[in-house]
Amino acid sequence: MTLNFSTSLAGAFFPNPIFTASGCAGSGKELSQFFPLTSLGAVVTKSIMIKPRSGRATPRMAETPSGMLNSIGLQGPGIDIFLENDIPWLREQGARIIVSIAGESVDDYAVLARRLRSVPGISALEVNISCPNVENRGQVFACNPVTAAEAITAVRRNIGGELPIIAKLSPDVTDITEIAQSVVAAGADGLALINTLLGMVIDTNSMLPRLSQKTGGLSGPAIRPVAVRAIYQVHAALPHIPIVGMGGVASGRDAFELVLAGARAISVGTATFGNPSAVIKVRDELEEICTMRGFSSFSDAVGFAHRVES
Amino acid sequence: MNSRATQISAEVLSNKRVGSYNHMVFAVDGLAAHCKPGNFVAISVGGPTSSMILRRAFAIYRATMRSDGIGLLELVVAPMGSGSKWLASQQPGDFVDLIAPLGTAFGIPKDPVNALLIGGGYGSAPLFALAETLKQRGCRVDMVLGASTAGKIYAPLEGKRSVNSLTITTDDGSAGTTGRVSDVLPELIKEHEVDVIYSCGPMAMLEAITKISQTFGVVHQCSVEESMACGIGVCMTCVLPVEGDDGLIRMTRTCIDGPVMDGNKVLWTHSREIPDGVWGK
Repeated sequence: MTLNFSTSLAGAFFPNPIFTASGCAGSGKELSQFFPLTSLGAVVTKSIMIKPRSGRATPRMAETPSGMLNSIGLQGPGIDIFLENDIPWLREQGARIIVSIAGESVDDYAVLARRLRSVPGISALEVNISCPNVENRGQVFACNPVTAAEAITAVRRNIGGELPIIAKLSPDVTDITEIAQSVVAAGADGLALINTLLGMVIDTNSMLPRLSQKTGGLSGPAIRPVAVRAIYQVHAALPHIPIVGMGGVASGRDAFELVLAGARAISVGTATFGNPSAVIKVRDELEEICTMRGFSSFSDAVGFAHRVES
Repeated sequence: MNSRATQISAEVLSNKRVGSYNHMVFAVDGLAAHCKPGNFVAISVGGPTSSMILRRAFAIYRATMRSDGIGLLELVVAPMGSGSKWLASQQPGDFVDLIAPLGTAFGIPKDPVNALLIGGGYGSAPLFALAETLKQRGCRVDMVLGASTAGKIYAPLEGKRSVNSLTITTDDGSAGTTGRVSDVLPELIKEHEVDVIYSCGPMAMLEAITKISQTFGVVHQCSVEESMACGIGVCMTCVLPVEGDDGLIRMTRTCIDGPVMDGNKVLWTHSREIPDGVWGK
């Protein structure tokens, strides 16, 4: 029996459910020397902003047990250069593209949505409202149901057409289902769970925080149980909303765990830093596991851990 | 981006302690033919169940093709942190996951020049293969190696033979001149009528060399050392403010637009802040 390994998110079709994670695949070019981008379900771009952005000062990274902290701060070329260079190149490769956007204000999200609404060759829009590396924690839209909904509403009103909107949420909240319900009510078609968790490392030699910005986002296998929990809770609360799961996935087994919790697609992020072909490894291993466990369709495995055994 | 970058499982062929360092040789098939002085490798550490998830970057000491077609890659490993200690504990017959070659290489002049090669600590590693290449082009090659103490100078015997002169400095005076490489630099530039400086070592040393090279109007190619997470250009961790050909100063990835950079184009800063004038600040 051949496994149907395809997946869909709010009408957007993908031949397999394994994606890159935003901010972990460069412009796509860097990974394309290790494998063809068409072998992925989709390339999720770095979160693009209106203007060019230098990102934060170094040191921006600290390795932690089974994880790492980063405070890159959304370094990128801005939407103009992105649309001029990155998107046409990805399209030429035949890659399926999910564009991730990030703003500093509700208006930024509206502007970015307008810039992207008529761009051909995009499968979906990831709205990153949860980057922890901003000047002011109060600016993390996804930490508050009202601001989270405002950002998504701005995108919904300006995107037009049928481009699915996927809201990327932070696990650093008291009740992630409350935020999820709020952004879905505001027009999000799907959810990306989870962004990094805010953390800190102090260098015991210098006796100062290791990162120049003191705090950074924790990623890698260390946060996987948090991702599994968040996906499980949100899938239970909103069973019909598709979830792109991410958080410490480095193997097919890890991806399968997030799928069982309720993820309809999986992004591989930090694992790519340790292994450029991690995305392909996860894809192949997950396909094998789904087949071995007797699923005829990948979608049958989504949320399978929620079943009640009689 | 180094278009030759390939991920392989490489067998450890030998591992010998030299002073404070380990000299390690790996079998890398035809990859060795594409490795140039200045390129680096990124190696997974700790084994498959390790909690160390990021690769460690090492400058290539030497890469050669044996007559039987087997490529050899040599590294100088300083067992400082838990990752490099793990690598230095690997024995002949063990295999490591390795990506090579990565990054930019030292530019080699078309015509013979007077070159001065400067290495700090294990930063001397890529300079010996560079010295051989420059000698083959008819260059005069002088070398300065500095470290905190004698045991941290990496200067193998065969390396000494490939240079016209070797000057050693140590902070504690346990070998050569007491002081830093920058202390002896002005005299050496004048004495050997240096045209090009090649350097590799700690960032503070590279900055000091840049200031001196600017005073003398000497070209300075340096191999920088910023901590990296991926080594292949996707993590945006290893950035430095660098002026591009278009005059814009960008936070530039040292893994794919480096590690070898024009010292005069780097905005050396220790402020832990993005300097003014950087694009997108």
